[in-house]
Amino acid sequence: MDFMLIAVAVLGAIGLIAALVLFACSKKFAVYEDPRIAQVTELLPGANCGGCGFAGCGGLADALVKGADAGSLDGLMCPVGGQEVMGKVADLLGMAIANGEPMVAVVRCNGTCDLRPKIAEYSGLRTCAAMNACGAGETACGFGCLGCGDCVAACQFDAIHVNPETGLAEVDEEMCVACGACVKACPRNIIELRKKGPKGRRVFVSCVNKDKGPVAMKACKAACIGCGKCEKECPFGAITVENNVSYIDHTKCRLCRKCVAVCPTGSIHTVNFPAPKPKEEKEEQA
Amino acid sequence: MNIKTFSIGGIHPEENKLTHEVATKVAALPKQAIFPLGQHIGAPAKPVVQKGDKVKVGTMIAEAGGFVSAPIYSSVSGTVFKIDTAIDATGYRKPVIIINVEGDEWEESIDRSDKLELVKDHPELTPEEIVERIKTAGVVGMGGACFPTFIKLCPPPTAKAECVIINAVECEPYITADYRLMMEHADEILVGLELLMKGAKVTKGYIGIETNKPAAIELLTKKCAEVFGGTEYSVEVVPLAQRYPQGGEKQLVDAVIQRQVPAPPAIPVNVGAIVQNVGTAFAVYEALMKHKPLFERYTTVTGKKLQHPGNFLVRMGTPMKDLIDACGGMPEGDNKLLAGGPMMGKALTSVEVPICKGTNSVTIISEEEAFRKEPQPCIRCAKCVSACPMGLEPYLLAKLAAVKNWERAEREDVVSCIECGSCQFTCPAHRPLLDNIRLAKSTVMGIIRNRAAKK
Repeated sequence: MDFMLIAVAVLGAIGLIAALVLFACSKKFAVYEDPRIAQVTELLPGANCGGCGFAGCGGLADALVKGADAGSLDGLMCPVGGQEVMGKVADLLGMAIANGEPMVAVVRCNGTCDLRPKIAEYSGLRTCAAMNACGAGETACGFGCLGCGDCVAACQFDAIHVNPETGLAEVDEEMCVACGACVKACPRNIIELRKKGPKGRRVFVSCVNKDKGPVAMKACKAACIGCGKCEKECPFGAITVENNVSYIDHTKCRLCRKCVAVCPTGSIHTVNFPAPKPKEEKEEQA
Repeated sequence: MNIKTFSIGGIHPEENKLTHEVATKVAALPKQAIFPLGQHIGAPAKPVVQKGDKVKVGTMIAEAGGFVSAPIYSSVSGTVFKIDTAIDATGYRKPVIIINVEGDEWEESIDRSDKLELVKDHPELTPEEIVERIKTAGVVGMGGACFPTFIKLCPPPTAKAECVIINAVECEPYITADYRLMMEHADEILVGLELLMKGAKVTKGYIGIETNKPAAIELLTKKCAEVFGGTEYSVEVVPLAQRYPQGGEKQLVDAVIQRQVPAPPAIPVNVGAIVQNVGTAFAVYEALMKHKPLFERYTTVTGKKLQHPGNFLVRMGTPMKDLIDACGGMPEGDNKLLAGGPMMGKALTSVEVPICKGTNSVTIISEEEAFRKEPQPCIRCAKCVSACPMGLEPYLLAKLAAVKNWERAEREDVVSCIECGSCQFTCPAHRPLLDNIRLAKSTVMGIIRNRAAKK
């Protein structure tokens, strides 16, 4: 009988001491994690795509909570969740709605097979990165889309595909969440995130060729030749020509489309504008 | 006799030295010469001429753009037409100087006689003076890599040079420019070697030649005994077994003096060797003894379908088209045009690309041979591992590149790859190993550079 009592007493004593040590440790070394981080993470889509610029959704949640404490959510945006998710997050954190306009990936090359003739055959590894390292690729344009689909492989949302007819990458607007993975994957920096625009209407220069006019024109009939006509035409100062290529600043563009009419090579593209009577709607606000 | 070679890996591709016995011809002057500003390793050169300037043969047209860089000299006389962009051997449009050729007027300082000048007659050439003159003459490695020669002669303080090894291996198929140079200018090459040894303050020299060039081995052995017998210098001609890539610096050091160069950033001089191409030795002779900066080189123009393949002494800046036309024109059908040989050469998409300091060959591969076979799944046969002269595991590196695991690729020493292509050549499944490894190498090197810049 004594043995049992001793055993119970000893074990009880050990248990008590261990409990006290654990209690002391948990107080002494406690790490405080803001419970809001977990709540915000819960709201985010959980794709861990990295489109926000952080390693995953947890990273963004952490930054959002810190941002809320600092009083501003500027620059923090989940491109996948968009306004909807950011609204919920802002409500939770008691902040004004995070500022962020819907964006979409835009492929700035319109050198289709017809307009940009093949001058060589490439038989190496069929990735854009490998072909880009070998030289200008199968056409004479050293800036255009190589069409091997590194962007397609990088997209986690099945939103970008290479059109076999044109040989160019095309973005599916409905699917694109503007995470920017394709932008990073493209070895030629052809893809850019631009404002989606009202009703998805956008105007952009679909070319990044920095060669001088005649050279660019020889390589591709639809190349921007940097003539500067669009720059002169633009009433809002949204267009700049640098290194023989024109660029439309999507934050300044008011979608008047005057530049489209003057472009001699048709390298300025418009999307989602209604086809008939396009002129009447030119004052559409951005 | 046991013939030396390097210790691990290597392959033996078909030689196809079509132009071995074709004597060198002097290529005609081009109508327009194109000088890319970045034709060496390091910073591109900076133009010192302007549109409309008159230049002579041997006039400096661009100065070195940094420490690791080299000046560029005009190879023709005429007027600077424009400073523009043109497609160079990288396949992209890069800054170039274009000169319209008028006549052939040389700078007076250049000695155009054939008289052989000897080092002993020029006591003014101290080691420092030699290095300085090599630097100003724009001499770079003529084997293809185009590393500025003067830097190799000034080893970092932690390393001490013990010998100069002349790379006369020419292990790449098709190319015969170095062989012709040896047969036609052996005396000059040996004087060049003496200058290099004097510049590097060493007395031991080696000349590594593969056994498929017996005439060159015999000639140079005889001349070495004549020239260096009874002097402070001891030079040895080392016959080497035929094995690609023996012409790689590290392989050559291994083959000739049985020392292994450690992984980058170590360079051959860390084990005491300075490796220079035979063309570089000739360029050094001409630069120092004839006051002729680097603007001409020996180039092989070759290909099985080419009517009259040949070796040419060509002025740099000459478009490849001119040389191909001199060989009977581009063969019928689609061809693959390479700057360099079939193993290391770079495929080009334009015949207007000019001959540069590093263009040792223009190789034309016919359509039937140009295309790769359809890749099959890897069968883990490890032939690539046996073939890799750097002791790497190509199948693994290629896989790591495909899945973008750069950390692991770095640990597996992808930066040691010399891009010789032995793995891809030997792969029975025709897998694009080198394409992948090259991507991994450039990405990992970028990561390492970024890391160093942050520190």
